[in-house]
Amino acid sequence: MNVINKPDVIGNKWIGARTIRPDGADKVTGRAAYAADNVMPGMIWGKVLRSPHAHARIRSIDTSKAEKLAGVKAVVTHKDIVDFPLDKSVMLGIQDMRWMCRNVMAREKALFHGHPIAAVAATSEEIAAEACKLIEVDYEVLPHVIDIADAIRPDAPILHDFVQFEGKPSNIAGTMVLKSGDIEAGFKDADIIVERTFDSRPVHQGYIEPQACTVSYAADGRVTIWSSSQGQFMVRAMTSLLTGIPQSDIRAIPAEIGGGFGAKTIIYLEPVAVMLSKKSGRPVKMVMTREEVMRATGPAPGSLSTVKIGAKKDGTLVAAQGTFYLQAGGLPGSPLRGPVGCSFAAYAIPNVLSVGYDVVSNRSKVAAYRAPGAPLGAFATECVLDEIAEKLGLDPLEMRLKNSAREGDKAIYGPVFGHVTFAETVDAIRRHPHYTAPLDRNPRPGVKRGRGVASGFWYNAGGESSVQVNITEDGNVVVTTGHPDVGGSRASIANVVAELFGIEHKRVSVLIGDTATIGFSNLTGGSRVTFASAMVATLSTEKVIGQLKERAAKIWNIDAEAIKWQDGMALPAGDNAGKFPPLSLKELAARANDMGGPIGTQVQLNTTGADPGFATHCVDVEVDVDLGIIRVLRYTAAQDVGRALHPSYVEGQIQGGVVQGIGWALSEEYLYDRNGKLDNAGFLDYRMPVCSDVPMIEPIMLEIPNPKHPQGVRGVGEAPIVPPLAAIANAVYDALGKRFTSLPMSPPKVLERLEQP
Amino acid sequence: MADIRYLAPRTLDEAVSAYAAAAGAGRILAGGTDLIVQMRAGMVRPGTIIDIKKIEEMTAIQETPDGGFVIGAAVPGAVLAEHPRFGKAWPGVLEAINLIGSTQVQGRASAGGNLCNASPAGDSVPAMVAAGAAVTIQGPDGRRSLPVEAVPAGPGRTNLAPGEIVVSFTLPPRPKGSGDAYLRMIPRTEMDIAVVGCGVNLTIENGVVKAARVGLGAVAPTVLLVEDAAKALVGSKLEDAALDAAAAACSAACRPINDKRGTIAYRTRVAGVLLKRTAAIAADRARGA
Ligand SMILES: Cc1cc2nc3c(=O)[nH]c(=O)nc-3n(C[C@H](O)[C@H](O)[C@H](O)COP(=O)(O)OP(=O)(O)OC[C@H]3O[C@@H](n4cnc5c(N)ncnc54)[C@H](O)[C@@H]3O)c2cc1C
Repeated sequence: MNVINKPDVIGNKWIGARTIRPDGADKVTGRAAYAADNVMPGMIWGKVLRSPHAHARIRSIDTSKAEKLAGVKAVVTHKDIVDFPLDKSVMLGIQDMRWMCRNVMAREKALFHGHPIAAVAATSEEIAAEACKLIEVDYEVLPHVIDIADAIRPDAPILHDFVQFEGKPSNIAGTMVLKSGDIEAGFKDADIIVERTFDSRPVHQGYIEPQACTVSYAADGRVTIWSSSQGQFMVRAMTSLLTGIPQSDIRAIPAEIGGGFGAKTIIYLEPVAVMLSKKSGRPVKMVMTREEVMRATGPAPGSLSTVKIGAKKDGTLVAAQGTFYLQAGGLPGSPLRGPVGCSFAAYAIPNVLSVGYDVVSNRSKVAAYRAPGAPLGAFATECVLDEIAEKLGLDPLEMRLKNSAREGDKAIYGPVFGHVTFAETVDAIRRHPHYTAPLDRNPRPGVKRGRGVASGFWYNAGGESSVQVNITEDGNVVVTTGHPDVGGSRASIANVVAELFGIEHKRVSVLIGDTATIGFSNLTGGSRVTFASAMVATLSTEKVIGQLKERAAKIWNIDAEAIKWQDGMALPAGDNAGKFPPLSLKELAARANDMGGPIGTQVQLNTTGADPGFATHCVDVEVDVDLGIIRVLRYTAAQDVGRALHPSYVEGQIQGGVVQGIGWALSEEYLYDRNGKLDNAGFLDYRMPVCSDVPMIEPIMLEIPNPKHPQGVRGVGEAPIVPPLAAIANAVYDALGKRFTSLPMSPPKVLERLEQP
Repeated sequence: MADIRYLAPRTLDEAVSAYAAAAGAGRILAGGTDLIVQMRAGMVRPGTIIDIKKIEEMTAIQETPDGGFVIGAAVPGAVLAEHPRFGKAWPGVLEAINLIGSTQVQGRASAGGNLCNASPAGDSVPAMVAAGAAVTIQGPDGRRSLPVEAVPAGPGRTNLAPGEIVVSFTLPPRPKGSGDAYLRMIPRTEMDIAVVGCGVNLTIENGVVKAARVGLGAVAPTVLLVEDAAKALVGSKLEDAALDAAAAACSAACRPINDKRGTIAYRTRVAGVLLKRTAAIAADRARGA
């Protein structure tokens, strides 16, 4: 472990401690209940009929034969899902319900191979699958288009008649533009300009648990949903919108989650299961197969980006232009703000033009994936910066330091930066023994090694959070939050609450409430949950400590102001307050009822003050030049983590982001056949790195407290996936003297490139 | 869903007659690491499954008096790895079989299943071909023997007649100065399917290659015995020229496809690269033997 700048941690007992994770024992013993583990009496099974075509108009759907099959209890189609007409946008967070209703059940058209067309609930999974085959769909098969470059050609098949770009029907469904200064003048001013085009394929988040849910629509019209997601309140709201059932009649209970990484910030099955349950009167369970997950849920987008950067001879950046096309899938909504807003954010560049295009094509609609879109922008930008540094004969880290954004600079995406901690991350790498160690470039014949660096930026986020803190009758603490725990939030909150109460960590139990038991809490995503929930847990705990002081004040018959709370006990604040033996949490809890009733409170808040995250990475790679295989030998990742409430989890976030970046850079890609069907819908041929593919990744946690947070917390989950694509591409260039602008850098591509001049 | 009959006969004769009786609807089950996966994916729907793991001859490892080995077709990789002498005589064949899948898969996966599944990328097959192994086959018309390379007919198809079961692999005795090796190219370090696989078996006397066999996988519809590569090596001292010629012969023998795992150009080129690397390991082993 590597912790630098830990000024105010001294004196903390639990904050910063590697406490045992509350979910650990259940997970390693197989006891943790994931979404697919729920079973109910009378439960039946739902299955989805999916489009066999990449692009087709749906002329008619005849479900009559399926309905007659013995064991079938209900069949639903788009007619059972609320229609959001195309002319009016209805937003839930960043999701447009016009697209969500069509993603959950195809309406006018099947837009990708695997698009849901209908669903059946039957007494067994087999019967439901059998019945799906009996549904007769009359398709008018249309020409399809998959890749971005093909989709934006003037003669491309058009997915949506209602989408217009520059006055013509188009597959460009949206744009985003950010600018500052005068881009033309900026480039005129430059001594050197480098412009390159980059492309990449869609990649999967790689969560192990497929989407699954059990839904019960009871006789009184009340709905209960058990499912795994990154937000039970999102499940409730989206299901409500798509089924027309009021939120007050829906209770969404979050299961333990087997990975999400952004993918589970939207839903696929829940509204369908609700309608199947409503029609059949039985609880309905739906579980996707891995193949369905890969064909029909959202990966991160593919990209086609051009980045042009101009600099002075001394390395001062004067102009930067980025054009980012992202592959949205069959319906609009790719994460443009990732590359458009993040690519240049860490740098003080006076003239910037950053433009994003949302391109629809016949593949599954994208979903969020850690720092949505930002790695794609950084891939292009950080490779171009590397090339400029090389051409100017500058150290790439020195050049980044020289151009770092500073406090008071206006960020291209709007706000004025407070303290900017980018330079600290660059400096940490610059002085790290990894960066300063000599590199043996030709260790064996046929093997070349190289070193690369790159940086990354992510906005981070605050938003709504609710935390209930209750004192049990025996004087312990139960904390309920409204956020599914995907990155260790329960462990971190337990550390914070134990610290504030001054009690043993074991006495604090942190649980995740459902939509009926805790106040509204926004999604777990955007690196927001530890920031937001630690802030709100602090407020709740402080209120409860206030209540405890009042109880002690009552017992001692003194002023609550004259009482302090320390080491789990109420004490007179000073000699003037009087002399009383301390009252412990346990004693106060035992006397709670005769002193005014139960002790506990809930705080609900829209949190603000989430400062952005910065990361700088250094990687050594080795290339087998005869086989084209690239292996990562050493990886060091520096990041401003604010305050590591639970360092193991922070390290895990950094290491996990890096591993996902390594896969994105070297081996992962969605491959489509001629018919627009995904050719590698499983983990055998969708190649995520396995353990033996990656070295131990060394995280450098820079603890620079966020001044706007009670513990100094800063989001840590997204920033680490931003730099790896470029860092690895830069290292490969260093090894081979050839720039790779297309991801993944798979062995056939590498050999082909090596054969070119 | 149609019902499936499961049989686990104790003798080969029972297995052969049950298999013949089931006609086209029967499937042999060894470790099941291909069959069960294919059934779950809906690719095959057998009416009768004949489990051969209870038949002694098919799960035994025997050493012949002349120093050869007879390996039951259903012997799992993990069991073969524990044999005290097999891996010393045939390190290449053993490493090829042990490359299949993971520890869990090794507890079940067999060389017989790997061969009869007839994937061009099966890892043990090029090593068995290089070893000069033959299979004993039993069917309704009795027993016969085939060289390993004659068993696959194309992806997922074999030259076995209806009702025939592969009983065992016979590996010949080892002359002094022999060594074999198997290498595969996979993009990851494990849990992957060979993009190219190469088995080389050499006998070296006084520094000169006396005998050579080369097997290549994943570069054609079936695993190939590359006789031209062997010819280039025999009589040589494995000088660069001989290795270049053998590598060129391997590339020339390739008839690959473009697919999600590799391109034609890539596979063709890598076949030659792997030949050199595999031959170097086999030669080291031969010189040490
Ligand atoms: C996770 C995983 C990883 C894998 N990795 C690899 C790998 O790295 N390399 C590789 O080559 N393979 C790999 N495989 C595929 C598989 O494990 C191998 O092909 C294995 O050798 C099959 O042996 P088995 O005994 O399990 O065969 P089974 O599945 O029992 O049988 C395979 C086929 O051969 C037939 N058959 C079996 N035995 C006989 C016989 N004696 N006579 C006639 N027909 C017979 C069966 O009917 C069936 O069609 C992997 C599989 C999995 C699930």
